[in-house]
Amino acid sequence: MEMENERKLTIARAMAEAIAQEMRADPTVFVMGEDVAQLGGVFGNTRGLVTEFGPERVRDTPISETGFIGAAVGAAQDGMRPVVELMFVDFFGVCFDAIYNLMAKNTYFSGGNVKVPMVLMTSTGGGYSDAGQHSQCLYGTFAHLPGMKVVSPSNAHDAKGLMTAAIRDNAPVVFMFHKGLQGMGWLGTEAGANVHVPEDAYEVPIGKAAVVREGTDVTIVSIAMGVHHALKAAAQLEADGISAEVVDLRSLVPLDRETVRASVRKTGRLIVVDEDYHSYGVSGEIIATVCEMGDIQLKAPPRRIAYPDVPIPFARVMEQHCLPNADKVAAAARELC
Amino acid sequence: MQPSNKTLGWMYQTMVTSRRFETVINKIYMEGKSPVFNMANGPIPGEMHLSDGQEPVAVGVCAHLTAEDIVTATHRPHHQAIAKGVDLNRMAAEIFGKATGLSGGRGGHMHIFDPAVNFACSGIIAQGMGPAAGAALSRKMQGKPGVAVAFIGEGAANQGAFHETMNMASVWKLPMICVIEDNAWGISVAKSKSTSVEKNHVRAASYGIPGHYIPGNDPWAIYDVAGEAIARARAGDGPTLIEVETFRLAGHFMGDAEGYRPKGEKEALFARDPIPAMRQRLEAEGRFTSSELDGMEAEAQARVDAAIRFARESADPKPEDALSAVFA
Repeated sequence: MEMENERKLTIARAMAEAIAQEMRADPTVFVMGEDVAQLGGVFGNTRGLVTEFGPERVRDTPISETGFIGAAVGAAQDGMRPVVELMFVDFFGVCFDAIYNLMAKNTYFSGGNVKVPMVLMTSTGGGYSDAGQHSQCLYGTFAHLPGMKVVSPSNAHDAKGLMTAAIRDNAPVVFMFHKGLQGMGWLGTEAGANVHVPEDAYEVPIGKAAVVREGTDVTIVSIAMGVHHALKAAAQLEADGISAEVVDLRSLVPLDRETVRASVRKTGRLIVVDEDYHSYGVSGEIIATVCEMGDIQLKAPPRRIAYPDVPIPFARVMEQHCLPNADKVAAAARELC
Repeated sequence: MQPSNKTLGWMYQTMVTSRRFETVINKIYMEGKSPVFNMANGPIPGEMHLSDGQEPVAVGVCAHLTAEDIVTATHRPHHQAIAKGVDLNRMAAEIFGKATGLSGGRGGHMHIFDPAVNFACSGIIAQGMGPAAGAALSRKMQGKPGVAVAFIGEGAANQGAFHETMNMASVWKLPMICVIEDNAWGISVAKSKSTSVEKNHVRAASYGIPGHYIPGNDPWAIYDVAGEAIARARAGDGPTLIEVETFRLAGHFMGDAEGYRPKGEKEALFARDPIPAMRQRLEAEGRFTSSELDGMEAEAQARVDAAIRFARESADPKPEDALSAVFA
């Protein structure tokens, strides 16, 4: 569908635009991380910022994630609004103390007297044979631990609105962007992520899911790349006479449980698509959300299409075997309906 | 740089306040914990790390700071908090886990936050380094006055956060000072068994910044060196690393049997207790009379007693308040 004055952006450009607009409006907003200045971010999400705002406010850091994420915490507590990048979420292993023991806990440990208004943006996801230290999602790992809001957009419109909301939020927000949706040619890109993005600043509320396709027979819940698998599966299923509803969570913390529950109450069937590991993760949490109140009658057992509980392999055939995709989702729906 | 009489009086009285505070905490901590020592019992449960002996470092540095300056401290934070001007009543209440505590009881003794004087501490070694650098960066970017001081122990100089942050602070020329309180022991492991260099201040060379070593747990010498470093930071000339030889008169934490100490070490340390030593010098130099010093001590004790009373008399938090203040 063509629209007048359509302005399709990639998620990378939408993120950069949101950051630029907030930096213009608020002098306390600044960006730091590895290769965010001249290079514009390895995934393009800070491209152009250093030209407009200079190297003080768009700051390349040493490769010292513990140091600069800890510094972001200190700057945020002192009145700044840092947007700090952890290049790959997999690198959390070298800096989780700064993330989880400082960023996420200082507000609570101060009895709410210390604000930590920062955004930790980090890339997720595989599918391009980068193996298990550069391909994870770790949604469940971050969402499990209290004190951080967690969002992950599936398209450029939501990316801009969630980034704007994240920068303005007084709580720390982990902004997870999937590399396969980023619009970087060299990574391959899901075309459905590039959508119309309004030019003026706007917020997509953190903690609010979106029903991105309405249906009556089965609810498919997902986030980020999984939403596109779900939408493609829904299109396949339509040909088979199965009407699938797709819920894009957009936020994991806070989790919009009511939108999920309302959808499953209507359809009576649930599939969760999660590129993160199968066990102890988002998929289990969504299924519990639907089942634990005992007030939703399921017509079939809930299903999850998630990454198996193995480290992510390099070889294409092995990785692709493990990843969720539209065919797996559609097959599960056919079994349920 | 030599302290004025007024500053010396503040330094002495603050050291005494810290010592008296910890003496009372020590006593109350043991309530309900005998004959069987169980950390979970008594009016002050949990771990307790006392700073007896290390007071000169806190006062020698903080004498140069005002409320707008930033301090990040460690799991052993009382002396630094008191020297930074943290509200003593609400700090005591936090240590007791009371509703009137600085954090309403959510943090306890290792998580004291008083934003009114820009003080924070945390429980993991070298954790305050990054936040101190970030606060310094914030001041620099905003063109606002203020320096950040990260107090750490000598064990923290072996942490990655120390190295990463010192390098970054130097590259960015931040108004930051890192003060290493070297009490010679990382819990039970002697510095000589854990550290590749005899003295940590030499590590400053690897960051291209000044490094100073201060022997003797001497308040005058600490004041002198810290003053220069802080003035340098305020002038925009970047960070400094300061290593102070100090000692703890207590165990690592309360309940520590201290079997790792060589025989006679504790007795020798008590003979070098910095508080009587400072009193003696203040009197000998004629800076204060004996009765003036007695008066300072009485004032310190009264402040401590009032804080402890405030904490004792305060109500417990509502249990369900545990569920609030996760997000600002």
